[in-house]
Amino acid sequence: MAKLVFLGRLADLAGAPEREVAPGPLADVLAALPRDLAVALLDERVRLALNGTLKTGGEAVVLSDGDELAFLPPVSGG
Amino acid sequence: MAIDVRLLDQPFNPGAFVGPFTHAHPGLGGVCTFVGEVRGGDGIEALELSHYAPLTLPGMEALARRALARFDLMGIMILHRTGIMLPGEPIVCVSSAATHRRAAFEATDFAMDHLKSDSWFWKREKRGGVWTWIEPRGQDHADLARWD
Repeated sequence: MAKLVFLGRLADLAGAPEREVAPGPLADVLAALPRDLAVALLDERVRLALNGTLKTGGEAVVLSDGDELAFLPPVSGG
Repeated sequence: MAIDVRLLDQPFNPGAFVGPFTHAHPGLGGVCTFVGEVRGGDGIEALELSHYAPLTLPGMEALARRALARFDLMGIMILHRTGIMLPGEPIVCVSSAATHRRAAFEATDFAMDHLKSDSWFWKREKRGGVWTWIEPRGQDHADLARWD
């Protein structure tokens, strides 16, 4: 399994800070989520971090077993 | 001990950290410390800061290294709370030690502007028993642009 991590308001929307998902292309993973959550995760202001490294955008994400993908909405600062 | 960066999940006394930090830099000319606290009033009951461990602390450490590289410092300390805080509790403490005051003032100001707008923290506040997420503020980005 792979793990999705939801930060900030996305955790409220997801109903939990984390969710286990079947590995595979991100498009397939998102398609299996509730629609309103998937739409929020696809917001262009939401950054992605795969296994602790920020994605710079563009390239397709394919989750492998044990991967952790975090969804990072705009920060509200310290 | 040029860099001391910590995430703290319990209330802290800034003075208990600033004292040892200062003593670790004999020969310094000045220390500039900023402490941010949870603002009271306006019905605020509590503030919660969440973070993402794989990014937040490494990001703060990178910020400290940038401050060291940019200003003529002997050392910099950045402490940041996570979790639930009450009005009047410290959230953040930045302390810069330098041989001359200007570098200490500027490095602390620089670190604070970047912590406020460019660090991996998400904040929500409780009023009347209801939690509300805090959106990014335009002013924070204007503050950040001062250092471009």
